Amino acid sequence: MATATSTLPAALETRLAYNFKLWLKEAKYEYLKNLRLRTYSVSVVVFPVMFYILFGLILGRHGDGPIRAATYLMATYATFGIMGASLFGTAAGLAAERGLGWFEVKRSSPMPPAAYFAAKIIMSVIFSAQVVLLLMLLGVTLGGVKLSLVCAVKLLAILLAGSLPFCAMGLALGYFVGPNSAPAAINLIYLPMSFCSGLWVPLMFLPRIMRQLGEILPPYHLSQLALGVVGAGNAEPGLKHWEVLIGFTLICLGIARIGYQRDEGKTYG
Amino acid sequence: MIASLEESREVRRSRGEPAAVVARLEEVSKSYGAIKALDRLSLEIRAGELLALLGPNGAGKTTVVKLLLGLARPASGRVRVFDSDPQRPASRVRVGAMLQVARVPETLRVREHLDLFSSYYPKPLAAEEILALAGLTAVKDRLFGELSGGERQRVLFALALCGDPDLLFLDEPTVGLDVEARRALWGEIRKLIARGKTVLLTTHYMEEADALADRVAVINKGSVAREGTPAEIKARTAGRRIRCITRLELETVLGIPGVIAVRRDREAYEISVSQAEPVLRELLRADTGLWGVEVTGAGLEEAFLALTQQENGKEE
Repeated sequence: MATATSTLPAALETRLAYNFKLWLKEAKYEYLKNLRLRTYSVSVVVFPVMFYILFGLILGRHGDGPIRAATYLMATYATFGIMGASLFGTAAGLAAERGLGWFEVKRSSPMPPAAYFAAKIIMSVIFSAQVVLLLMLLGVTLGGVKLSLVCAVKLLAILLAGSLPFCAMGLALGYFVGPNSAPAAINLIYLPMSFCSGLWVPLMFLPRIMRQLGEILPPYHLSQLALGVVGAGNAEPGLKHWEVLIGFTLICLGIARIGYQRDEGKTYG
Repeated sequence: MIASLEESREVRRSRGEPAAVVARLEEVSKSYGAIKALDRLSLEIRAGELLALLGPNGAGKTTVVKLLLGLARPASGRVRVFDSDPQRPASRVRVGAMLQVARVPETLRVREHLDLFSSYYPKPLAAEEILALAGLTAVKDRLFGELSGGERQRVLFALALCGDPDLLFLDEPTVGLDVEARRALWGEIRKLIARGKTVLLTTHYMEEADALADRVAVINKGSVAREGTPAEIKARTAGRRIRCITRLELETVLGIPGVIAVRRDREAYEISVSQAEPVLRELLRADTGLWGVEVTGAGLEEAFLALTQQENGKEE
C-alpha cells in the first residue's frame, strides 16, 4: 500500500486528497443540513416506526400464522422507511435548491456537480440505515422477532442497496416538480405506491386487481427481497427482483439526466 | 502579494496606464425565448478596477454576470475570463460570485457554509479572514435561517470570497437592504478593492455606482449606452434637477422641451432636465404662481435617466 502511494505522482496525490476532502465535506454538510431539518429528519423516521408499532406490534400480536405479523411487517415497513428517506432526501432538496437559485450559486464555484448529487445519495443512505436499524431493534425487543446477526446484516445490506433505485427516482422527481410543491408531489407518488406494493398490508389481503398492479411496482420487488431474508418471501427467484430494480434505476437515472440537461440547456442555451 | 497589487494599482493610476483586461465580452448576443437579453454587447473588465454595471431591471445585467460565470453560453459573440472559457474549472477557481438567490439552505451555520465552499477551491482563504472581511465574526455560529437580511447578504458575499478570487462578480449585492446595511456592505466591498481585487458590480442604485465604482457602464436594453468614470458620465450629460411647486399637470410639465423625467414628490415636482434655464423660463411662463424653486446639479441618477431616455428615444 505504502509503495503504491509513493509511486503516485505528487500532483495526482494532492488532487486526490483535495477531491476526497471536497466530497466528504459535501456529504457531511448535506447530512447535517437534513438532520437539523425536522420536516425531514423526524418525519422519515417517525412514520415507518409509528406504523410498525401500530400494525406490527400492537394489532399484529395475535397473528399465529407460519410468519408472525411483527416479522413480516418489519421487512415491509423497513422498505417503506428507506423509500421515504431516499425520495425525500433527494427530490425535496434538489427541487428547492435548483428552483430557488442555490444550485446556481454552487454551479458558479468549481464544485464538481457529481459531488453534489453523490452527497444527497450518501445522506439518504445513512438515514435509511437509521430507519432500518431502529425497526429491527423494535421488532427484536418488543415484537419477539427472531433475527440472527447474519440475517440482520443481510437485511440491512439488501435494503440499503435497494434504496439506490429510490434515490435515482428522487433525483428524477427533483427535476420535474416545483420547489414548493415537491413534498406534496412526492407524497402523492410515495404513499399510493407503498400501499399498492403491499408495504402496509400484505398483498394477499388486497383485491386481485391491486395484487396484479403491485407486482409490477419496484417497492414490491424490494420488499420481496427483504421478506426473503426473514423467511417470508414468495417463491420467485431473487435475481428477477434485482433485475426489475436495476432496470427501474436506469430508467430513473435517464429521466434525471434529461432533467439535468434541460436545466443546463436553459442556462447554457 | 496584496501589498504589491495595491502598489501596482497606485503606480498605474498615477501614470494613467490602462490595466490589463481580465475579462471581456465581445459582441455578445443572448436571447431567452422571444426576449432579447443582450444585443451585440461588448465590455472589458480591467485588473484592479471596480466596474459598475448600471441599468434598470431587465437591462441584461444579470445575463452579463451569468455569461462571465459560464452559467450561460452566448448565442453569438465571445466571452473570455482570464483568457479562457469561463466554463472551465481553471477559470472558475479564480472567480467568486455573489448571485441573487431566493433561498439558501437555512439549517447550516455560517461557518459551515463557508467551510464547505472553501473546500471547492485549491487555495481558500482562512475561515477567520473571510469572517472578518465580510463582518460575520460575531454571527459565525448562527444558523443561516436565524440571520437578518443584511447578515444573509453578507454570507452570500462571504461565499464569493472563499476561494480568494482575483475577480469578483457581485450581482445586485445590496438589493432589498436598508440604508444602514447597504452602507455596511459598501464598507466590505471597499476592503476588497483595497486588497487589489477586480470587481464587477451590477446595480440599479445610482448612488451605489457613484460611491464605489472606478468606472461605470450604463447598460440599457441589452447593450452598453455609455461608459466612463462616474464623473465623466455625469459631465457628459450635464443633467440638472429642478424642484418646484406648481399647479401644472404632470403631463404638461413632461411636454416641455428639454424635460427628461418628472416625478411627484409630495406637494412638489422633481423635474430632471438636460439644461435648467430654458425649462425654468417655460415653467414660469405657464404658471406665474410657481414657487419653491430649487435647482441642483445632476446626480448619477439624472445622468442615468438622461442616457437611457435618449437611448429609448423618449426625449423628443
